[in-house]
Amino acid sequence: MNASDLAPTYDLAVIGGGPAGLAAASLAARAGLSTVLFDENPGIGGQIYRGITSTPVTDRTILGEDYWAGAELAAEAKTSGALIVGGATVWSLDPQRIVGVSIGGKARLIEARRVIIATGAQERPFPVPGWTLPGVMTAGGAQTALKAQGLLPAGRTVIAGTGPLLWLLAAQILRAGGKIEAILDTTPRANWLRALPHLPDFVLSPYFAKGLKLLREVRAKAPVVRADRIEAVGTERLSEVRFGRGDGDRRIAADLLLLHQGIVPNVNLAIAAGVAHEWNERQLCFQPVLDPDFGSSVPGIAVAGDGAGIAGGTAAAERGRIAAIAAVCALKPQATVPDPQTVRQRLQREEMGRAFLDWLNRPAERFRQPEGDTLVCRCEEVTAQQVHDMAAMGCEGPNQMKAFLRCGMGPCQGRLCGLTVTELIAQQRDTTPAEVGYYRLRPPVKPITLAELASLPISEIERKAVER
Amino acid sequence: MFKRLAEAGAPVAITVDGKAISARAGDTVAAALLVAGIDHCRTTPVTGAPRAPYCLMGVCFDCLVTVDGVGSRQGCLVPVREGMTIETQLGKREAGR
Ligand code: FES
Repeated sequence: MNASDLAPTYDLAVIGGGPAGLAAASLAARAGLSTVLFDENPGIGGQIYRGITSTPVTDRTILGEDYWAGAELAAEAKTSGALIVGGATVWSLDPQRIVGVSIGGKARLIEARRVIIATGAQERPFPVPGWTLPGVMTAGGAQTALKAQGLLPAGRTVIAGTGPLLWLLAAQILRAGGKIEAILDTTPRANWLRALPHLPDFVLSPYFAKGLKLLREVRAKAPVVRADRIEAVGTERLSEVRFGRGDGDRRIAADLLLLHQGIVPNVNLAIAAGVAHEWNERQLCFQPVLDPDFGSSVPGIAVAGDGAGIAGGTAAAERGRIAAIAAVCALKPQATVPDPQTVRQRLQREEMGRAFLDWLNRPAERFRQPEGDTLVCRCEEVTAQQVHDMAAMGCEGPNQMKAFLRCGMGPCQGRLCGLTVTELIAQQRDTTPAEVGYYRLRPPVKPITLAELASLPISEIERKAVER
Repeated sequence: MFKRLAEAGAPVAITVDGKAISARAGDTVAAALLVAGIDHCRTTPVTGAPRAPYCLMGVCFDCLVTVDGVGSRQGCLVPVREGMTIETQLGKREAGR
């Protein structure tokens, strides 16, 4: 697929090929909308179903049935008539729904009557001392390597953090014959207090039995230690992990440290498109303000899937369907679509038990609001102390912080420091993250080369996009 | 740090800083570097600290490498191709390439 093969306009552009995007594109295309789906990864599936059409991990027990459920979604999307383009990076989206996309080094602008942003989630920043050392990775990264390339951690592996994905990854590594030196559980015990009232719902949800089974499976094969301090140590690369509780100080030699403390919506594209966001105190992140059809504050742009607030893969697919039904009803009212009420009921069932999981796995303050020399901004190497000092001197928000310290100005555009900077400012200034807000983001949300820009053909829409 | 679970996928010959490396079809550049045991893929522009792929999902940009002469490409998003030449990046000198 070349950029030049794209049509100048589509009824619907879906950005992101995970469960939400696949379900949305599939439903819309089947209802007769001309639909294009862009994903920056070579294959579809998003993070949860990464490598679903190509994984070399053929023993189905390793990745588990929940992973393989994605195969059906992928197959449905492929036969739906939607144009699915992998290796396609969307670098801009404006409120007029002009989508800037780059494929194989060539850029294009296309127009969409409706857009569904399904860019999903990323892992929450986990700023501990030494988290930039080679040998330290995210648990999600290791899981991606396992799913997409069949790579298994070798050498001494330590996993640290909190949240369901941590346990799932541990189980997958163990099933594949890998070894885990230790799992450092950072879940604060006090979380139980706020989680407990939601336990009845959780017990009724599909997560309950699965979760218990997973915990038992992992605990039988890997030592689990509670920790409220974690430090990655090494000079050129990781050599050991220091951890402890209270005053305790333990160390363990390690080649690989996998960090995880939950996932948060990937907000960059939506914010740059002008979509209004709000702070979610339970999930400790920003999420788009959405109507019941997942429509955003920008007309014609919806956000579905985990990008709309974390709810998991199966819920993401239902959210994608609801957003797609809304798009179809707006553009082709006579088309047949599934009954939205049925989809909503399924979504509700999927979302049951979320509150319990969220409260239980809420990461501890010290892992969200680092201190001293711990790097906050990996790209520009800005420390927690610098951010603290600036906030103490009167810097009120992340955008000012950016101007002073360059945090958020590196290539990741704040993806790995945004939440930390917001929380640190809120803490220092004794206010709330909602009050402090997030980085202002502008396109391009992904770096684009001059050669790519120069490759843009000039068409009517493209002139419109520039001449405003 | 990583080993292959199954030697699936046809071999793909690439070079990293001039050294021949055997990747597999289906690898991204970042995955190929990890399994080949390359300890870092770039150094940072600010302090020259070594960095290796961190997220493998296009978010962190620590996997930036030069691919076939084009600098600062996200190795975790680029599939390997036969004959591909990859160079690790020295932050200070090559950040603007
Ligand atoms: S490893 Fe994070 S962007 Fe590639």
